[in-house]
Amino acid sequence: MTTTAASRVVQVSSEMDIVRVRQAAREAAVEAGFSLVEQTKLVTAASELARNTLVHGGGGQVSTELTVQQGRTVIRMVFTDSGPGIADVDQALADGFSTRGGMGLGLGGAKRLVDHFAIETGPDRGTVVTISSAARRGRRR
Amino acid sequence: MIIAAHGEAGARLRDFLDRRRDDIIGSWVETGFFGEAAGDAAADVRADCENVLTALSHVVETGNLHDPAAEPFQEIRALLGGLAAQQARQGNTAAQITANLTWLKEPVLRLWLDEQPEGQQRTEDVLALSAALDTLRLVVMETAVTEGADIIAHQQQQLAEMSTPIIKLWKGVLAVPLIGTLDSMRSQAATESLLQAIVDQQAQVAILDITGVPAVDTMVAQHLLKTAMAARLMGAECIISGIRPQIAQTMVQLGIDLGEVATRASLSDALAYALNRVGLSVTPAQRG
Ligand SMILES: Nc1ncnc2c1ncn2[C@@H]1O[C@H](COP(=O)(O)OP(=O)(O)OP(=O)(O)O)[C@@H](O)[C@H]1O
Ligand SMILES: [Mg+2]
Repeated sequence: MTTTAASRVVQVSSEMDIVRVRQAAREAAVEAGFSLVEQTKLVTAASELARNTLVHGGGGQVSTELTVQQGRTVIRMVFTDSGPGIADVDQALADGFSTRGGMGLGLGGAKRLVDHFAIETGPDRGTVVTISSAARRGRRR
Repeated sequence: MIIAAHGEAGARLRDFLDRRRDDIIGSWVETGFFGEAAGDAAADVRADCENVLTALSHVVETGNLHDPAAEPFQEIRALLGGLAAQQARQGNTAAQITANLTWLKEPVLRLWLDEQPEGQQRTEDVLALSAALDTLRLVVMETAVTEGADIIAHQQQQLAEMSTPIIKLWKGVLAVPLIGTLDSMRSQAATESLLQAIVDQQAQVAILDITGVPAVDTMVAQHLLKTAMAARLMGAECIISGIRPQIAQTMVQLGIDLGEVATRASLSDALAYALNRVGLSVTPAQRG
């Protein structure tokens, strides 16, 4: 059985909003009983993806929701923008590839930091990245 | 429907506002919107009320009731901005400030109604008066929002400047405790003051302590690397300390390589390393 709590949406249009996304991720992770390492991984992945939404996607929105699936609390975050999209996803995911002089680690790194990672994009189609993670130990509370 | 109060209604309202000036001001002072009217401040508060009332009475006279940009309102914008800023500093939001303004409208309308002979109230007058007071409220809201934005920008600037203390741990050894969220503005400010301190104090080693940074993403990592590189160009070595276990694990999975930058788990380890670099060592004191 899956139950979904109300999701929280953060509009991303400035650097301050990335802080809000990190806070939303942190709060959800605490709520879901994540360990400190798990919290830090999710917050870091969210920070990377939100910055991509802002910097490459020209802004967009991030929704965060907690769902309970078979007794396990899962956090799902969706990063949506209607920017230029990514033509070659494999290349974008490769470490060290950046079109903006970044380290080129954000996208691939975020993928490694979460349990599930999906990306829907294409030239001029915008980009939607969906990630989800669950607490290893299950829900503590 | 646009209520225009030119001509007779305008003149009647203006007459009313001028005639009941003292009563209106008295009730406005009580609302507290104009500030604490005790002691020396009492005269200032009255003067502020008078100015706002004068603007209001010009507005009803000219009939330009719905325009927040009307000339008489323009003249009191700075005054209202100051009052809004004062309230904002006391922790009131723009919404609260505007809500408090309802209390300016009510006593004026009451005074007006009390004057009207039973059954002969002129609807167009009360509507005009009410419209002008609503527009005044809109003007205050606009100035409050602008003031709020200004205060936030100012505070961000202050935070960027004050949140980067450079601590001299020893002759030639500096420490920078990085705390909280490192946005690009704060990172930039931190780097600049560190580089300046390296020059001023002829430092050989600078310790960047990230104990207080909740997450190290690629932007923070890139900032740390760039700072270390710039410090090296100035002849100083950077050490990164305070890397907590969860941060270390996350950085590895993210794929961040700090390269040749020395890292230490704690600030005290980093200090020991730094002292060694400047040719000092810490030994237990000889006693007895
Ligand atoms: N939302 C997006 N919209 C469009 N292009 C994107 C988006 N996200 C990523 N990309 C593309 O994928 C590339 C790789 O992204 P990645 O996050 O890995 O690196 P980066 O953002 O360039 O640098 P950093 O290491 O600082 O994150 C980007 O340079 C960009 O070209
Ligand atoms: Mg990125």
